[in-house]
Order: sequence, then C-alpha cells, then structure tokens
Amino acid sequence: MGALNEIIKGLRVTGRQMFGPRVTVKYPDEFRQKPQRFHGRHVLNRYPDGMEKCIGCELCAGACPAKCIYVRGADNPVDEPVSPGERFGFVYEINMLRCIFCALCVEACPTEAITMTHLFEMSTTNRADGIYTKDELLMDRSGAVPQMFPGDPYSDDSELTVADGWLRATAPGGLAAYEGIKAWQGTPGRGDWSPEPDQETTDL
Amino acid sequence: MDWVEFLLIVARVVATFVLLLVVTVLNVWMERKIVADMQSRVGPDRAGPWGILQTVADGLKLFFKEQITPKKAELGMYLLAPFLAVIPAFLLFTVVPWGEPITIAGRVIPLQGTDLNIGVLFILAMSSMAVYAVVLAGWSSGSKYPLIGGVRATAQAISYEAAMGLAIVSVVMYSATATGGAGTLSLAELVERQAGTMADVLPSLPVWLVGWVPRWNLIPQFVAFVIFLIAAIAETNRAPFDLVEAEQEIVGGFHTEYSGMRFAMFFLAEYVNIFSMSAIAATLFLGGWNGPTFESLLPGWISAILPTFWLLAKTYVIIFIFFWVRATMPRLRYDQLMTLGWKRLIPAALGWLVLSTFVIGIRQFGLPWA
Repeated sequence: MGALNEIIKGLRVTGRQMFGPRVTVKYPDEFRQKPQRFHGRHVLNRYPDGMEKCIGCELCAGACPAKCIYVRGADNPVDEPVSPGERFGFVYEINMLRCIFCALCVEACPTEAITMTHLFEMSTTNRADGIYTKDELLMDRSGAVPQMFPGDPYSDDSELTVADGWLRATAPGGLAAYEGIKAWQGTPGRGDWSPEPDQETTDL
Repeated sequence: MDWVEFLLIVARVVATFVLLLVVTVLNVWMERKIVADMQSRVGPDRAGPWGILQTVADGLKLFFKEQITPKKAELGMYLLAPFLAVIPAFLLFTVVPWGEPITIAGRVIPLQGTDLNIGVLFILAMSSMAVYAVVLAGWSSGSKYPLIGGVRATAQAISYEAAMGLAIVSVVMYSATATGGAGTLSLAELVERQAGTMADVLPSLPVWLVGWVPRWNLIPQFVAFVIFLIAAIAETNRAPFDLVEAEQEIVGGFHTEYSGMRFAMFFLAEYVNIFSMSAIAATLFLGGWNGPTFESLLPGWISAILPTFWLLAKTYVIIFIFFWVRATMPRLRYDQLMTLGWKRLIPAALGWLVLSTFVIGIRQFGLPWA
C-alpha cells in the first residue's frame, strides 16, 4: 500500500502542474527580457556627431583570449577624418565562430568604441558569414546597428542596446551642429544613462 | 444476406476505420499537449489552432521520408512486422460496440464492427497478437537493440496477459449474475447488462442510496478494474512499462531500425491500441455506451448520438489516465516489471477471482450449509 500511496502522491504533483504557469517563451513571437549586461554580438560605436570611436589601437585584438579580432589602424585623412583622433580602425573583423563573448575587448577599449549588444541571432549557413567585417559591426550614423538579416520578421529591434554616451572631441569631419559643444548626450538609440556630475546634457 | 446488409457492413467497417484514424490523430496531439501541460511547457502550437494539426504534419513528413532497410535485416519479416502491428490493433476495436443499436426502416443496425459471441476472447487474442509484431520487428532488424526490445516484449506480454485475462474473467462471471447465471462473452451483451442502476442489483438497500448509482461493473469489480488498467498499460507498452522501447537503454527498442512510413505504422498501432484498450475498459467496467439520453428533452438526433458520446467520454477519461501516468511515473526496472506482474498482479487477480466467485455463488445459491 505504501507504493500505491507514493503513486497517488506523484499523480497529484503532475495534476497540480497542469494548472500551473508555463515557463516557455514562444521565442520567434515573443522575446525574453535580457539582463542589461547581456553579452550579445559586438557593435562599433560612433560619437553622436557621427565620428567613429575606434582609433585603431588594436588593444581589443591583444586582449582577446580567442584571438578572433583582427584590426588594422590607419592615419586619419587630414581633410576628411573618420575619427576624432590621429588614427582610425581601417580594418576591423571579428570571427564570431571563435568569439567566446567574454567582453574582454570591451574592457580593453580605451574609447568605448566596441561594446556588446543584445543581438544574439547569429546563425549562418556559411562559415565565411561568421566573420563580421566593419560593414556589419559599425553602427550607421542614425545609431542603428546593422543586422545580418535586415527586416527579418523574427528579429526584434528592441534587442539593440545602447552603447555609452560619451561625447568628447569633435572633428572637422563630424556634423557641423556639434562644433564646439562639450556635453553629454546619449548615443543614438535607446539609453537611460544619466550624465556624469560635471556634464550638461544637450539634445541635438 | 441481401445487398443492403452488405453495404451496411461495409459502412460500419469504414466508419470504425475512420473513427480510429481520427482519434489517433487527436490522441497523439492530446498526449503531447497534456504531457506538456504537466511539465509546465506549451507543447505543439504551430500547426493549426492550438497545434491540433501537428500529427497530420508529422504523418505527412514520415510519409515522404526515406525508408531505410538495414543490410542485416531479414527482409520478409522486416517488411511484414509493421503490418502485423497495425492489423491486430484495428481488429481489436471491431468488437467494441460504440453506440446503441439503431433501427432504420425496420432494420436493426448494431453500431459495432461485428458482434462476436466470443468478443472477450477475441480481445485477448488480438492484444496478444500485437506482441508478435514487436518480437518479429526486433528479431528481423538484425541489430542488437531491437532484439533486446523484442525479447523484453515477449516476457512482458506473457506476464501481463495472465493478469488481464483473470481480471476479465471475474467481470464476465459477475455479469452472468445479471441474468441469473447465463454468462456471455459478447461485448454488446456485456454493455446491455450494465444498463440501469445499482438499485437493480441491491434491492434490499433504499432507493435514495443506490438509485442514482449506475450499474457499472466498476463498482463491484473495482479491484479487477485496477488490475485491468495496469495490465492494459503494460500490454500497450506504454510508460511506465515501455521497456520494449526504453530510449535511455536500448535506443528505440524494437523500432530502432525502422524509419519513414514503416515506423509510422508502429506508432499508429500503439495509439490505436491505447484507444481500443481504453474503449474496452470503458465497455467492460464503465457501462460502455450506457448513459442518460434525455429522450424527452432533446431532439431525436441528439438522443441518438448521445450513447456514442458517452462511450467516447468514458474512453477519454481512461486515455487521460494513460497520459497522466505516463507523465508521472519513471520506467520500471526489468525485475520490478516481472515482480509486479507475477508476484503482485497475478496473485491479486486470482485472489479477487476466488473472492468474487464465493460472493457470487453465495448470492445465487445461498450458503452451502444453509
């Protein structure tokens, strides 16, 4: 009779579960809220004036334990600079097939040029597609991160997280409206970081 | 036999066949949904509303899949085994009455594949035939895991058939008391003997106490019902008695080497068997199609299909128990299976048989010394 008792106990557990909540998130239809520091795929950020943050220093490549980042820097063209500094990232490639998403490159970056997004849909049918070049990594001037499958109904644009909002030097190549302004502004996109104590905000 | 009668027989056979296919499609989906519910999952929900067409999609996929034949297979038996699984499964249901006999233009049409006067024996025979398919599939695949599964099937079928047979015997004996001694093995007859209320059986008790209790064999033969249910789960090779196809130990068991439509036939046979076994349990213990038809309240055609509805409702209660047990119990170890069969169920069934024999005998003939 003891065994029968145990069986009934077990049946009661499953019977109760029938009316309990479901843990499934119906993924392509609904997305799960990701933690803020989720390690998704990388993005190369721009300053709000449109300049690239990357200065081609290759510290990310040096920090990478999986050796999956390849960077080559080059001097900025004098009349049309790409980044505020002397140099910019001329070639920037990440092999996502090797990347372990440790974010040590993000730690290493002195200008916060590389950060991680919440994008996680990176499957490819082709090994060559697993190597992300600057075309795929660099956000465009509106702040949108290029996606491998733009317009894919199964991807959720709100997965994009903000990079940071450091507005520092402006260069002659940047938008004219930012000339001479030194203030905080969130980078284009979704962001709720507040300014540093000694900074003002500006909405341009 | 005139041609109308012939057409009616054909119609009944086709109706039974279609009914079984439709309920199989629904049952596979239902099982996946119920088990998913019990595991806090969602289950299939892509094909059709609530995923109800999932089985159709799976069936179509299997239909177009390649059918791989292993090099070492005994080809004749290997090809025959899926049919040996399906045919007894369908035959099993033919003796189950799924509605009150209806009379149209003076012709009595029993809603039943065929009313065999040895229906109960036929059930035992067909449910034992199913094991041949498993054993032959396991042996003819020419592979070790199917062979192990097939060998397990033999031992399991033998142990649980005995218990099931003994449980049925006590039911048949009990139902003989309804006519004062004349027993029957016809399922239609067994159903008719469960019509009415317990007041007919126990006239000494007040009507308000027993007048509303249906005269199902379940109540006097509850122990037999439990034994039958356990044996039925074992006979259909369902969890927790699915040692025949224990995935964690022997890959897929007897159907490891089967693919495509050949595998689908084993799958179909399993689910048809579940439905048939549940329908038989409902027929033997839950009064079959008996139930209120509300002839004075409802239009005639609704009253006419209500018996079929009652049978299906009772069947699905038992099918739900099948699924519930599957979602709850872990698989038995092989020696536990044998212990349960030979040392628990068979003695219990025998003891119950002797006990009910005494009770029936005393009720009919009085005490031997009186």
